[in-house]
Amino acid sequence: MSRQPYRITAGGLVDRERPLRFTFDGRKFTGLAGDTLASALLANGVRLVGRSFKYHRRRGIFSDGVEEPNALVRLRRGERAEPNLRATSVELFEGLEARSQNHWPSLEFDLGAINNLASRFMPTGFYYKTFTWPAGAWMFYERFIRKTTGLGRAAEHHDPDRYEKRYAHCEVLVVGAGPAGLAAALAAVRSGARVILVESDFRLGGSLLRDPRPIDDEFAPEWVSGVEAELKSAPNTRILKRATAFGYYDANLVAVAQRITDHEGKSERFLSRQRIWWVRARQVVLATGAIERPLVFAENDLPGVMLASAVRSYAVRYGVRCGKRAVVFANNDDAYATVAAVLEAGGSVEAVVDPRAGGPGDSVRRQINALGVRMLEGYAVVRAEGGDSIRSATVMRFTREGSILTGEPERIDCDLLCVSGGFNPTVHLFSQSQGKLRFDQVSACFVPDVSRQAERSAGAARGCFGLQEVLSDGVEAGRAAAEDCGLTRARFRVPEGTEEFTQTAAMLPLWAVPLPQGQRGKRFVDLQNDVTADDIALAVREGYRSVEHLKRYTTLGMGTDQGRTSNVNGLAILASIVGSEIPAVGTTTFRPPFTPVTLGALGGREVGQEFAPVRRTPMHAWHERAGARFVTAGLWLRPQYYAHSGESMMDAVYREARAVRRGVGIVDVSTLGKIEIQGRDAAEFLERVYINRWKNLKVGRCRYGIMLREDGFILDDGTTTRVAENTFYMTTTTTNAGPVMAHLEYYAQTIWPQLHVHLTSVSDQWAGAAVAGPKSRDLLALACDGADLRNESLPFMGYLETTVADAPVRIFRMTFSGELAYEVHTPSNFALHVWKRLLDAGREFEVTPYGTEAMSILRIEKGHVVAAELDGRTVPSDFGFDALQRKEGDFIGRRSLERPGLKKSARRGFVGLVSEDGRHIPRGAQLVWNPNADRPLHTLGHVTSTCYSPNLEKEIALALLEDPEGHGDELLYASSPLTNEHVPVKVTHPVFIDPQGKLPRG
Amino acid sequence: MLLIECPYCGARAQIEFTYGGDATLSRPGDLSAVETKEWLDFVYLRENPRGPHIEWWHHSAGCRRWFKVRRDTLSHEISATGTPDSNLGSGSV
Ligand SMILES: [Zn+2]
Repeated sequence: MSRQPYRITAGGLVDRERPLRFTFDGRKFTGLAGDTLASALLANGVRLVGRSFKYHRRRGIFSDGVEEPNALVRLRRGERAEPNLRATSVELFEGLEARSQNHWPSLEFDLGAINNLASRFMPTGFYYKTFTWPAGAWMFYERFIRKTTGLGRAAEHHDPDRYEKRYAHCEVLVVGAGPAGLAAALAAVRSGARVILVESDFRLGGSLLRDPRPIDDEFAPEWVSGVEAELKSAPNTRILKRATAFGYYDANLVAVAQRITDHEGKSERFLSRQRIWWVRARQVVLATGAIERPLVFAENDLPGVMLASAVRSYAVRYGVRCGKRAVVFANNDDAYATVAAVLEAGGSVEAVVDPRAGGPGDSVRRQINALGVRMLEGYAVVRAEGGDSIRSATVMRFTREGSILTGEPERIDCDLLCVSGGFNPTVHLFSQSQGKLRFDQVSACFVPDVSRQAERSAGAARGCFGLQEVLSDGVEAGRAAAEDCGLTRARFRVPEGTEEFTQTAAMLPLWAVPLPQGQRGKRFVDLQNDVTADDIALAVREGYRSVEHLKRYTTLGMGTDQGRTSNVNGLAILASIVGSEIPAVGTTTFRPPFTPVTLGALGGREVGQEFAPVRRTPMHAWHERAGARFVTAGLWLRPQYYAHSGESMMDAVYREARAVRRGVGIVDVSTLGKIEIQGRDAAEFLERVYINRWKNLKVGRCRYGIMLREDGFILDDGTTTRVAENTFYMTTTTTNAGPVMAHLEYYAQTIWPQLHVHLTSVSDQWAGAAVAGPKSRDLLALACDGADLRNESLPFMGYLETTVADAPVRIFRMTFSGELAYEVHTPSNFALHVWKRLLDAGREFEVTPYGTEAMSILRIEKGHVVAAELDGRTVPSDFGFDALQRKEGDFIGRRSLERPGLKKSARRGFVGLVSEDGRHIPRGAQLVWNPNADRPLHTLGHVTSTCYSPNLEKEIALALLEDPEGHGDELLYASSPLTNEHVPVKVTHPVFIDPQGKLPRG
Repeated sequence: MLLIECPYCGARAQIEFTYGGDATLSRPGDLSAVETKEWLDFVYLRENPRGPHIEWWHHSAGCRRWFKVRRDTLSHEISATGTPDSNLGSGSV
């Protein structure tokens, strides 16, 4: 074992046979298995571990747990670097690499510390003040502020690790495995409950690890091992270590983040790094313990000022002495246990400073006297002195009434100052569960009051502090939780815990020690955010009297520790300044997460394709081989165009669009939404959800339908076919397939449940190809196994069931391009087979596969509408669809169409545009008379779709325009101020090709 | 995340469901008789109660059925669920 100067030679729960090497800021150290990074640093005598957030002051390790405000490090490097980890919660592993934060160029010499000297010029609310005055100040300061602020630095690469999530259910979830949690879990398990016990530490025991008092005459760690063994052997019980319950949500859902390989120091190929558990529990027991409060006095942020319980923890659990000469400053009896721990660890205790005039309880006093330690009752530490570490503490006589300092100051040399201002129950999860807090005057802390969910707190988490009391409370909570799950309370003797002190005295609330007369100094309330008692006073003077405002103005309680050590002190100081009681001031809201959670863990396996899966049509592989470039449509990938060698994208698109009008093309339309509507009221149902008539549609015929929302605006369009008397086959637009299905289900199930109609989504079951162009019938005649495709047998908007190369197909004679065209649908498993057969049959007609770009050009040339026109703001008459509208009866949206604003006369109408000078008509352009006229311009309409038409050899567009028929030969401008394009256009009929519609009927 | 009792499937996590709005409205049946104001109130006006609210939910990642839920908008507590024809009360306090 290499030299660890502050390691005690024996004792503690560390493995002295397993040294672990690690580096901190590049320096090499050795710790032991069972250490945290913090205990290993302390064992090596490393005092200075970070710089503070605002003033860049030197900071040391302050605590031994999740509350740590100072010792934030960046762990690992490169893509696995992780900032802002608390050294006190990082389990040491071989090869660990950590770096300190918030300094430049180095921890020891930090230029940012100039903020400390300049702090007069950076008062509280400094950032907000630059927002408001002088004008533009924020713009100026922001450049500098952004560089020097912020905690840590995130990794800049893709996270290479794997994460996962898991759902779990149990009867009793116990959060925290200290004495209360273990007792509760034991009682619940013995009552027959299915139990999950979660503990954020890598070892069970909680406060027993630092205060291993005998339980049932057993050494505490042995008692813990006994309980752990019993829980492990119980059926349906699970213990999660290294697992932090970070969120308490509705209906007793608790989120737990578990570290799986973090402490291994390497990533395992088949293991996730972390796992999020979503635990749904019948009953929850919160045994989350309590966090010690610091005391507020001048320069109380020096390295070497530590929480008294943490000092004990390092000595007893880790075998590390935090200093050689200690002073203990405490307003309660619990901290006196630290005296013995420091002495046992080989240090000296120079004095115990207790602001209580009467000092501690009698048994405490007897023990301390027996140890020969000097006691200063009715005294307070008024200032700490030192540089990289504390060197002395100055004490003065202190009178609680009026908070008065008297007498001569005395300076006591020390390198460690253990402070305790009492304990705050860890009520975060309770508060997240919507439970209400109550201020307990005796312990001067907030405790759980009224529960809102199936939950109860136990032990220190609800303000019980004696070991026996905690054990009884835990057992009772476990039994009661089991009983509330319908089980019978287990009967067994409550474990007997030994108290440290038999007679104790009440604690004395002490929120801030005043500054000695005429002295200056920073009295830190929030170490992480550098908020001092004077900052709070200044904020109050400036009017921020509400606790929520105070928090945001001063940043008190923000950051990674969320004010775990500072909130109650801050509230109390606020209360005393405004002359109010602490309960009246209230607390800020606790929100998840309790401790920071890695974003990757929240995402789990739902990243990349697992987050947004790619939908491919059955013909996808063929498209790839044919050189298709793909475009997304919702989750679908669709061929955009097929690139031939030497062709530009637009060359290919125009070639494809021309081929359809001159010969024949084929396009994959499998992505269309498809819904089968069955039942004896199917036609009636369709008449209510579409504007069209359906009862008169003959079997074997198709119809183009328009669907509205109840407010009269168009929801979707598509073609529906009567394939049998009571069976219809509906198609929807690709991206609307899901919403339309939910919409139809809503009306079928809730508004018209009396209709006999059954809806089935068959989008995935059917695939399809559209064959379009003058040669499409010839192609199909070759491909189909002897079907009669003559005009008389299969007219326009007709439907036929036949086979293609023995595969069943549904053929719909309909058109999107405006050419003679057919859609051939087939069960998805046959789709590639049918697609290939169609291409084979088309070889002699030089059939051209085309993509969405050519399809779009073809439909613009034909004046067909898509989502660009049906944008949720248009009604049927805008496009002349009012001609399709059923004259009598109800349908969704009908009544809204009677609103004056939805009448045809009040609205823009659908037109075509042709560019006058051959320039492209800008997308989204507004139509105006004169783009150079004075602003604001009256806009006559807007462009919805635009393209170059390779068949007309013109730049054309579709638009919605005021008075669509009244523009004659008038010149308008398609004006796009954003791109500074103003293109002269003339208004035309929106159907550029075959306005009489002869081609598809031929 | 809420735990919602689908009347057809049982209790399931909220991620399986889609919210569908106020379930106390009734769509006017006879369009020729309905006043414009009544119709527009049906289309656009919604109560935003503080407390119990009867609302539609869709088991969109489950059985695809719409059903009624009585949920407290303040506490998120779900006190009852039922099929579309069930009567879960008026929904406002
Ligand atoms: Zn269901």
